[in-house]
Amino acid sequence: MTEVLRRYGPVLTGVILLAVAVWLALLVLLPQLMMIGFSFRPSLPPSKIGGPEDVFTVKNYLTLWTNQIHLSIFLKTIWASALVTATTLAVCYPVAFYLAQVAPKRRLPLLILMLVVPFWINELLRTFSWYIILAFNGPLNAILLGLGIIDEPQRFLGGDAGVIVGMVYVYILFMVFPLYNAIESLDRNQIEAARDLGAGWLHIHRSIVLPHAKPGVAVGCIMTFMLAAGSYAVPALLGGPNSRWFTEIIYNWFFEGGNWNQGAAYAFILLVLCIGFILGAMRLFRVGLADIAK
Amino acid sequence: MTAARFRRLLTGAYLVLFFGYLFLPLGIMAAATFNSSRFPTVTPWMGFTLGWFQALWEDQRMWAALGTSLIVGAGVIALAVPLGLAAALLLDRLHSRAKTFLYALMVSPLLTPGVIVGISTLVFWREWFGVSGGLFLTVVAQSSFIAAYAMLLFSARLERFDPALEEAALDLGATHGQVFRRITLPYLMPAILSAALLAFLQSFENYNTTLFVRGLDTTLTVYIATKVRTGLTPAVNALSLVLIALTILGAVVYEALRRREARRQARSVVALETA
Repeated sequence: MTEVLRRYGPVLTGVILLAVAVWLALLVLLPQLMMIGFSFRPSLPPSKIGGPEDVFTVKNYLTLWTNQIHLSIFLKTIWASALVTATTLAVCYPVAFYLAQVAPKRRLPLLILMLVVPFWINELLRTFSWYIILAFNGPLNAILLGLGIIDEPQRFLGGDAGVIVGMVYVYILFMVFPLYNAIESLDRNQIEAARDLGAGWLHIHRSIVLPHAKPGVAVGCIMTFMLAAGSYAVPALLGGPNSRWFTEIIYNWFFEGGNWNQGAAYAFILLVLCIGFILGAMRLFRVGLADIAK
Repeated sequence: MTAARFRRLLTGAYLVLFFGYLFLPLGIMAAATFNSSRFPTVTPWMGFTLGWFQALWEDQRMWAALGTSLIVGAGVIALAVPLGLAAALLLDRLHSRAKTFLYALMVSPLLTPGVIVGISTLVFWREWFGVSGGLFLTVVAQSSFIAAYAMLLFSARLERFDPALEEAALDLGATHGQVFRRITLPYLMPAILSAALLAFLQSFENYNTTLFVRGLDTTLTVYIATKVRTGLTPAVNALSLVLIALTILGAVVYEALRRREARRQARSVVALETA
């Protein structure tokens, strides 16, 4: 801290500390703590707040356990997000490996730009593009009909499958960049050496590339899972009443059920799920927080 | 055919498929803009039209939503960029455990689902200050995680900063304020511009967080989502097409600036080494 003071002087140090305090306390920490505290209180009309009924309760958490529909949606959100994560990983790994180790240097800037451009495009618009493809009279149905694979148009929208397909498309770029960054730092000579020593293609990937790419795999999986589990736009656009996502239940508690305490409890459960996934991935891949936020 | 050649062919096919997968949906969405069908689709093709751009142009609520998005974006730049800058300046001068801890805290909003950022902001400001959803809360909620992006950009640039410049100026009698204005800020200027652009784009496209804190205000992204679900016409595609074109332009400019900066830096290193 003396180093900070020495470098910036008292006035500037004061301003810096104040700004950081405002950000971390007022915008990040206190709201989270408030939300958690709020979730342990019953939903009461304003006149009864602070009264004898305003007590600590875990009732809002038990709701998820007793409500079979909510519980099944919560569990679906978990496995579907895991499926999205695994799919993006499988699809991206060959691309990331090619870009990082195989692609000719002069072609690389263009290829990277071709990844960056869709990455910048609004998530909602990328979701919307799949709305058009999957629509009842959309191109996918037209192609499948034309090829004779199906006899009549199918409803792709409004089901879990459409939501999952859309999520893979929308979040795939959050997987490819961390993977690319990790594999890129691997020395090509290591692969050459392994090949000279007679290692097969599969062996090289399993013993050299994948272990080296671990931090990238961890970051990609964490980002993709978090975005999928916390997604609202994709299920709202591509899903329907029968394919609701956990975030949609939370939204309904706030803006249709009018029970904020209950909604806060569900939000905290979602947060715990994501933190659990982050910690699990960090343990599994043996990476630190500093590796994640690069 | 040799095995190596076969593998190259396979790789090439996979790449074509992958990039086709990335761009084809956007192409179909764009193409549907020019179809005169009432519902946005490319099958069946009902004839070429530019009419949906006109419909978009005459959509008053779209313009209002755009205005809201611009105001929110400006607010986020004004709040998140200084916060991120202050955080990076502080981190740069800290060592040890305090730095690790603060860093973890600062990046935590990036690992929190957007809906939770929105919900916690909404609950906190109503309970403590009696402020309900609206423009102000939208700016605050978005800034809480966009400041982290800004912090990462500033930190990356500060890492290459030579503190001897500041030391020298201080030794020669400059005040702390002068050093900051004349040396630190000018050095950080490219990062400030990038951070502002990134903050604006992040704010503009945000949906998950905004949805919870917007109150009765409608940003352009929220407006598009509403239109898709109630009253979808190819005018939405026209809007998407315009936004995508602007985004591509922004991305290309951003990349070009970044690369020019990287080249300039590489040149100055070479110049220093040869001098």
